[in-house]
Amino acid sequence: MKNEQNTGLGRRSFLRVSALGGGVLLGLYAKPSLAQTPAPAAPGRGGRGGGRGGFGGELSPLAFISVAPNGVVTIMGKNPEVGQGIKTTLPMIVADELDVDWKDVRVEQADVDQVKYGFQSAGGSTGTPLNWDSMRKVGAVGRQMFVSAAAQTWGVPETELTTASGKVIHRASNRTVGYGELAATVATMTPPAAASVRLKDPKDFKIIGKATPAVDNLGIVTGKAVYSIDMMLPGMLYAAFERSPVVGGKVVSANIDEIKALPNIKHAFVVEGKQQQTPVLPGELALASGVVIVADYWWAAQSARKKLKVTWDDGPAASQNSVDYAKNAEAMSKTKPGRQLRNDGDVDAALKTAAKVVDVAYSYPFISHAPLEPQNATAWFKDGKVEIWSASQTPGGGKQSVAAAIGITQNDVTIHQVRGGGAFGRRLVNDYVAEAAYVSKQINGPVKLLWSREDDMQHDFYRPAGFQYLTGGVDASGRLIAFRNHFITWGQGDRSAASAMMSPAEFPARFVPNYQFSQSVQPLAIATGALRAPGSNALGFVMQSFIDEMAHAAGKDPVQFRLDLLGEPRVVEGYDAGRMSAVLKTVAEKSEWGKRKAAKNTAMGVAFHYSHRGYFAEVVEVSVDAASKVKVNKVWVAADVGSQIVNPAGALKMIQGAVIDGMSETMNQEITVEKGRVVQSNFHQHQIVRLTQAPPEIEVHFVTTPNPPTGLGEPALPPVIPAICNAIFAVTGKRIRTLPLSKSGFSWA
Amino acid sequence: MAFKLTVNGQPTSVDVPADMPLLWVLRDVLNLHGTKYGCGIGQCGACTVHLGGQAVRACLTPVSAATKAPITTVEGLSADGSHPVQQAWMEIDVPQCGYCQAGQMMSAAALLAKNSKPTDKDIDTAMNGNLCRCGTYLQIRKAIHKAATIKTKPAQSARK
Repeated sequence: MKNEQNTGLGRRSFLRVSALGGGVLLGLYAKPSLAQTPAPAAPGRGGRGGGRGGFGGELSPLAFISVAPNGVVTIMGKNPEVGQGIKTTLPMIVADELDVDWKDVRVEQADVDQVKYGFQSAGGSTGTPLNWDSMRKVGAVGRQMFVSAAAQTWGVPETELTTASGKVIHRASNRTVGYGELAATVATMTPPAAASVRLKDPKDFKIIGKATPAVDNLGIVTGKAVYSIDMMLPGMLYAAFERSPVVGGKVVSANIDEIKALPNIKHAFVVEGKQQQTPVLPGELALASGVVIVADYWWAAQSARKKLKVTWDDGPAASQNSVDYAKNAEAMSKTKPGRQLRNDGDVDAALKTAAKVVDVAYSYPFISHAPLEPQNATAWFKDGKVEIWSASQTPGGGKQSVAAAIGITQNDVTIHQVRGGGAFGRRLVNDYVAEAAYVSKQINGPVKLLWSREDDMQHDFYRPAGFQYLTGGVDASGRLIAFRNHFITWGQGDRSAASAMMSPAEFPARFVPNYQFSQSVQPLAIATGALRAPGSNALGFVMQSFIDEMAHAAGKDPVQFRLDLLGEPRVVEGYDAGRMSAVLKTVAEKSEWGKRKAAKNTAMGVAFHYSHRGYFAEVVEVSVDAASKVKVNKVWVAADVGSQIVNPAGALKMIQGAVIDGMSETMNQEITVEKGRVVQSNFHQHQIVRLTQAPPEIEVHFVTTPNPPTGLGEPALPPVIPAICNAIFAVTGKRIRTLPLSKSGFSWA
Repeated sequence: MAFKLTVNGQPTSVDVPADMPLLWVLRDVLNLHGTKYGCGIGQCGACTVHLGGQAVRACLTPVSAATKAPITTVEGLSADGSHPVQQAWMEIDVPQCGYCQAGQMMSAAALLAKNSKPTDKDIDTAMNGNLCRCGTYLQIRKAIHKAATIKTKPAQSARK
């Protein structure tokens, strides 16, 4: 297809003209109320499809598809695009069933309207599994409507008509008509029920399954793609927000008048802050307290923060420190757990009979999401309503957050989806969206609120740290017979902090006859949330590292021990042991596990993990030198995400990216707390893998199975972390039980 | 203070404080949004532009230091995607979120301008200051090698 940049605003509603020659810059902008209205001239672009609701109901092709008279097909991308490629993936599905050529397709980003488009979200690797069926139906029903329109026009039975490349064909009379010529008729029709329409046989797919470049590539490489941070409104000002460094802290006083007197500063004011109605932990604020500075350009507002003098009431959270978290966990590990959540068989009895027992403690740190585009949103509050442009992963939830923060109803909140520079779970929380709305309301005008990198890293909803006290036993035949875990996490009473819980069914539960899982919680002042592969990004490390320890205790090959643990192909309480064994066998075969002669100081590690509906096994080959410098030479990935990879190009990138992301988490990333404040502030202290550290090769193998297609944003990440740690053990004999690796003296070569 | 700049071949003048980073002059004064903010301390390279042909971090370059040499931003590579680096980036389908890619491409273009056939080692040296949070490094390396094989069309203009 021709790469046509979509601004997220509708092409005609926003024109940016950079007339550098004359030193004049114009932001031509149509009224925001137009920005959310679909282009009226495009035939076939319907409203709500005759009242057929989308949210939970059947989606109308008229909401998603329009065909211009010249045959150019416009398909709406319904979900937020934050780098996962969904703006390409879902329209591919629609286009294939619609039976048009991809070169004729243009994609536009849909606004937030969950009645029209169904659930709109980016998270949990749900984009493909939740939309696979519905997008196929949208395309297929759309195709059927063009067929019906042609049948009416020609007065022939529909059964005599076929379609190809955006045309309806009547072979008997040798006639063809383009969808574009039928679009006006189709626009007046009521879509038939999806159940009455035949979907394509997958062997006839022409677009699905073909490596397809992302639709926004041209915009990205020419610098024209509009990200959330690039939004502009007429008369827009720029805001920076100095938040309480301690969650729940409050401004007592600030030198507001001095700040207001600085050049280019337009507004400065204190934000009281707002608690959520029922917070579990202090991190869950509706609005943070602090000082907002609004200026002609962002750098002026940001620079003014250096002159800001604030007296804070830090509140009780200021007594918290990472050192104490670890001490508390250690002390709690020696006492009776708060709650027992699973108890299969008799662990104590089994451990007594075990040939070998391993009793060890694992821990992992808080991690920041740090998407490369810091949090920001642009808001325009006017006449009691607010319009917002943001890269939220949960724009529906964003409406709620905004409404709660500024005291209006959700009906008065409009959210436009703008491309996001990464998200990784950070943009599931709409705190910055609510803040932008609040600032706009306060200054009664359009404003872009931008967080600095430091704000972003120090006011995140962190991947929760955790402590796991594990005891395992193998019998004389080398079988894992007992597994006990005392998990020490965060919360109050029976409630865990966000993303800090662990399922009682977490593997190897269900596969060990004597299994006990208990949980204790300690209070936490910083906010937690879902980071890419939430839960799994830490649990994969713990479980697959510990299983590796048990394999060595049993004197077994780590792959064979795992295959034995999975056992016969069967589904155990929802966990498909057969699918996991298959990917494990595939990755072992492709990596020539146990067959390759390793170079000096070089070895392989293996791990598997099931998450987000995906079965993944990975092998990593590392070299470790005498100075503990680690080089990841190669990674092999075997993946089962069902019957169909929609876009193999996007799928490969997501998996390779997840592997590299996992490497970052393995080596360097750790957020620590001192006096309730986050210590790390920027990438030098929370490092991302660089080009020279990335493995030269990440080989990906898909094992296709007759299961519905599922997502790829997350499940490739968890196994790489333990696979690296297990490989390091294989080289050095040093078992890694604490992340990041830098704490144990390792660094990238 | 008024500063005279040449951006993507076009002279312009801005009235801003002398210590204002070029990044924010480009973004918030000249409305050239292709150059991105990622860290503000020269750690990520998302703001990489050319100053007199050298790849520099616009977040650490005060506007007062940018008056003597022409500035090129990603918009100045070409408006139509015809620069070899842009072509290669599209052909290899490099971007995920794409936010870092303007900086990646500017570093790559500066490398290729000096070294028409860079080795992996050359790429390591030139590109290690540019972070990609999505992890597109394998594609970036491939795209630089690809770009080295694409001939620049003489007719193409760096201006828009």
